[in-house]
Amino acid sequence: MSLLEVETLRVAFDTEAGPVEAVRGISFAVDRERVAIVGESGSGKSVTGRSILRLVRPPGRVAADRMHFDGQDLLALSERRMRAIRGQRIAMVMQDPKFALNPVMTIGDQMTEGLRYRDGMSRRKARSIAIEMLAAVQIRDGERVMRAYPHEMSGGMGQRVMIAMMLIPDPDLLIADEPTSALDVTVQAEILAILDDLVKQRGMGLIFISHDLRLVSRFCDRVLVMYRGKIVERLDANHLERAQHPYTRGLLNCLPSIGGDRGALPVLNRDAAWAE
Amino acid sequence: MPLIEIDNLHVTFGKGRDAVRAVRGVSVSVAACESFGLVGESGSGKSTILRAICGLAPVTGGNIRINGVPMPKRRTKAFSKRIQMVFQDPYAALHPKRSVDATLAEPLAIHGIAGRDERVVRAMHDVGLDPRFRFRYPHQLSGGQRQRVVIARALMLEPEILLLDEPTSALDASVQAEVLNLLARLRVERSLTYLMVSHDLAVIDHMCDRLAVMQNGQVVEQLDRAALANDGAVEPYTRALFRASEHDTMGRVFPE
Repeated sequence: MSLLEVETLRVAFDTEAGPVEAVRGISFAVDRERVAIVGESGSGKSVTGRSILRLVRPPGRVAADRMHFDGQDLLALSERRMRAIRGQRIAMVMQDPKFALNPVMTIGDQMTEGLRYRDGMSRRKARSIAIEMLAAVQIRDGERVMRAYPHEMSGGMGQRVMIAMMLIPDPDLLIADEPTSALDVTVQAEILAILDDLVKQRGMGLIFISHDLRLVSRFCDRVLVMYRGKIVERLDANHLERAQHPYTRGLLNCLPSIGGDRGALPVLNRDAAWAE
Repeated sequence: MPLIEIDNLHVTFGKGRDAVRAVRGVSVSVAACESFGLVGESGSGKSTILRAICGLAPVTGGNIRINGVPMPKRRTKAFSKRIQMVFQDPYAALHPKRSVDATLAEPLAIHGIAGRDERVVRAMHDVGLDPRFRFRYPHQLSGGQRQRVVIARALMLEPEILLLDEPTSALDASVQAEVLNLLARLRVERSLTYLMVSHDLAVIDHMCDRLAVMQNGQVVEQLDRAALANDGAVEPYTRALFRASEHDTMGRVFPE
């Protein structure tokens, strides 16, 4: 049995133009491994991540034949039991630390809030755990960072703080939704290395949501390619060249490369049949 | 003589203790019909240089010359006829309550150019927009279509120089390919000169003949495509950037 099992997940939203199915019956399983969900904007990849944590609010509708995490039925859990899973056992890192961190609380207060009020820990103990976690994401001057406000930090620093914060409860599964897309390329590499280390050391499962197929191929074990709410292809990250689906192949080919021939880039000719 | 000459440019925002020196002594020159790239990370000052050329940033030192003529303090109509800018975010760069038609016709009205109808239709055709979109509003268009409108607007006055500020970074990869192809085609067809800013080394390499790498408001290295491809970058920062983009160097996975 896998850590997370999802069968025929559907997510729909009502819009002025009628209901829109953002996710249309996808199934996948995640073990203690690194799985990437890749697709372009509107493919349903973020909504998939959010629906696992029951973060899709009405009027959005989530339905699935089965959604099990570590033997528990995520669809049947009470809101109270769900809260015990969210953050504790399944954590999520959002795309942009600018929006996900509370702008009027210091980093220290945000990081220790859960430990103090949920776990009833003393201020000192909570602080020392927070600083330890900051060290785990390569922030060495933890004391100073704890006193800082989110706007006083760079994007890369903010994202490390977010990752540190998510790791405090030692979750079994981490969902990272474009965790490096708001960052510069050199910083991106550092953050990925940190995530990679943590996942390996702690034996966590990771769902890495991204639009960048080449990036995830270097970093994940398996890749699920989504197009218009469906998984159109499942690949071994080491063998992207085995991709069969024209959408996956198109995504890989349409990027310019350094030292390329500078000819016209191949463009995707979207086939209506891909969405079937 | 180079078409664009930037000589020891300084841009400082704010004063005294809060002063931010965004650009610190940058010199770059771009020949006519050349395509020149500026790469660097956020905050390195690359976009500020484009804004300074347009008179949108407080220049505190140095010179900008176009065809040997220093920029006037206030940019004139003649300036905008020669130089136009394409902004990063097509969602923010278009007026939400103006149709494509109104957006494209505005520069013509300002400059008193006749033949609005036929020029708008031709501009849309040139950037590959279906004429059906002419009376649509930005929210009725996709990101790629909007960026085509922004590019069409920049070309309405038939400028010689396009300043491109991250023209594809808000777009999906497959749409990026379409827009880059469009920009490459237009440059050839109209003998345009490009000064292009991007954080993506592979995009710059694909589009530009030469490039400057920026860090902390300064140019740390200038090199051409051949040098980049042959691992000829010398500065540690350029090399770090190159390494971080390395997964972009593996080229196309599948033959055409």
